[in-house]
Amino acid sequence: MLTLSGIDAGYGAVQVLRALTIEARTGEVLCVMGRNGAGKSTMLKTIMGLVPATAGSIVLDGLDVTGLPAHEVPRHGIGYVPQGRRLFAELTVAENIEIGLMTRRRGQRTREEVLTLFPRLRERLNQVSGTLSGGEQQMLAIARALCLEPKVLLLDEPTEGLQPSMIALIRDTVVALKATGVATILVEQRVDAVLSVADRVAFMTGGTVAETVDAAGLTPAAPQFAAYVGV
Amino acid sequence: MSFGPFLLLALMEGMVTSAVLALAAVGLSLVFGIMRVVNVAHGEFFMLGAVSAWFVSQWVPGPPAVAFVAALILCPLFVAAIAALADMVVLKRLNYQPEATIVATIGLLYILQQAALSFYGPDARPVPAPFNFRVQLPWFGYSGYKIAVVAASALVLLGVWRLLAKSRVGLIMRATQYDRETARAFGINVDRVYAGVFALGGGLAALAAVLIVPIQQAHYLMGTDPLLLSFIVVIIGGLGSLRGTVIAALLIGLSDGVISTFFAPTLAKIVATLLVALVLVFRPQGLFGRRAL
Repeated sequence: MLTLSGIDAGYGAVQVLRALTIEARTGEVLCVMGRNGAGKSTMLKTIMGLVPATAGSIVLDGLDVTGLPAHEVPRHGIGYVPQGRRLFAELTVAENIEIGLMTRRRGQRTREEVLTLFPRLRERLNQVSGTLSGGEQQMLAIARALCLEPKVLLLDEPTEGLQPSMIALIRDTVVALKATGVATILVEQRVDAVLSVADRVAFMTGGTVAETVDAAGLTPAAPQFAAYVGV
Repeated sequence: MSFGPFLLLALMEGMVTSAVLALAAVGLSLVFGIMRVVNVAHGEFFMLGAVSAWFVSQWVPGPPAVAFVAALILCPLFVAAIAALADMVVLKRLNYQPEATIVATIGLLYILQQAALSFYGPDARPVPAPFNFRVQLPWFGYSGYKIAVVAASALVLLGVWRLLAKSRVGLIMRATQYDRETARAFGINVDRVYAGVFALGGGLAALAAVLIVPIQQAHYLMGTDPLLLSFIVVIIGGLGSLRGTVIAALLIGLSDGVISTFFAPTLAKIVATLLVALVLVFRPQGLFGRRAL
């Protein structure tokens, strides 16, 4: 569904990603793990066109999206849940959802589906999103991305700083999306959260993927966690 | 004339100043609020509006009202186009760095001013008002056109508010203002939003100038005063706050009217500048502004 091959990218003179190759498949959750500075968030930003790729190609469903202007990338069906949520905090819940819907001109039907997934948001439509609780803000960030009806969903540490019930809800959402054929790339630091949803796990170090393994064969004691994540 | 009617006259004159000032200042405030660009050339967009209105009044035949309506539509569009061009050719290439855009807009100020001097000349020229009836009050007669200016300005400001608060375009503008990277990740063409906002800011200044030009003549140096006053209004009201800008424009305009009438115009400027100093010392974010994010 989404294939990155030989991607180099970085900020100005600082190169972060080096010949990165990774593939997200339809109906699959690919978890990406690695230490701080390994380039996980940069990889997601490069997919979104927010950080320019200086080499390599990004192909979405047979379409080359490398080098597209950043605002055109999501229109091809990539939903992005950035690290730290990055809501439009001064806008209301309804307005944040509206921005998501506008991206691919989705309408009332999509809005209903997304709000059915997160009934808590429906109760707070007119609330300014910056005043929501942390968990509700994360729901909204995911809801906003789902308003695109994405083929590929990028999640950057969605469980960061959330209570267990909220983490469970997010996991359930990701599992439900998988069933609808969405390809998910989930950047995650917590081993238990990864093992409960992942189909495959990619371990990043030094701006490239060192190893990709099937999650079925992994246990919390697997040597990769110690080598690449340090837990 | 006794004190009461005299005060009324001063307030009415102040309202006209406020109305035009509010339009010009809202343009400046929008550009800063959404793009974080301090547009030093804003006064020149005002001047271009007035000067181009004079050209339109010369070219369009028929009664003054026809030429005036043409100017009211064409001049803001013309200035908006120049502003959009300046954004795409200059500001975008500077990546909207705050210091660089200040220097660039100072350059733009001189380019536009000297262009006006070359093509329009050094003379101050009047543009005829679209109509000349007087409203007869019990104590004095008052220009119907000036009342129309206040009404027109109020309508346009209402329109700007509706655009920002209620429309899809406004939602896109507010989202871009809040977080331009995330806006991009949701399909918002930030370059186009910026060009549009800069055009809107320039267009509003031009519109204010077309409204004022039948009262005050068009001249190539006329942009300086509106620039200074717009900055005063925007600082007092709070940068980026539409409501604050309108209230500050009323405050400055009305006090200018009253103080100029009863004392001296210079004293009015002194008071306005003093007000800015006080606001900067005691409430740097402005009366209605939020603290920096």
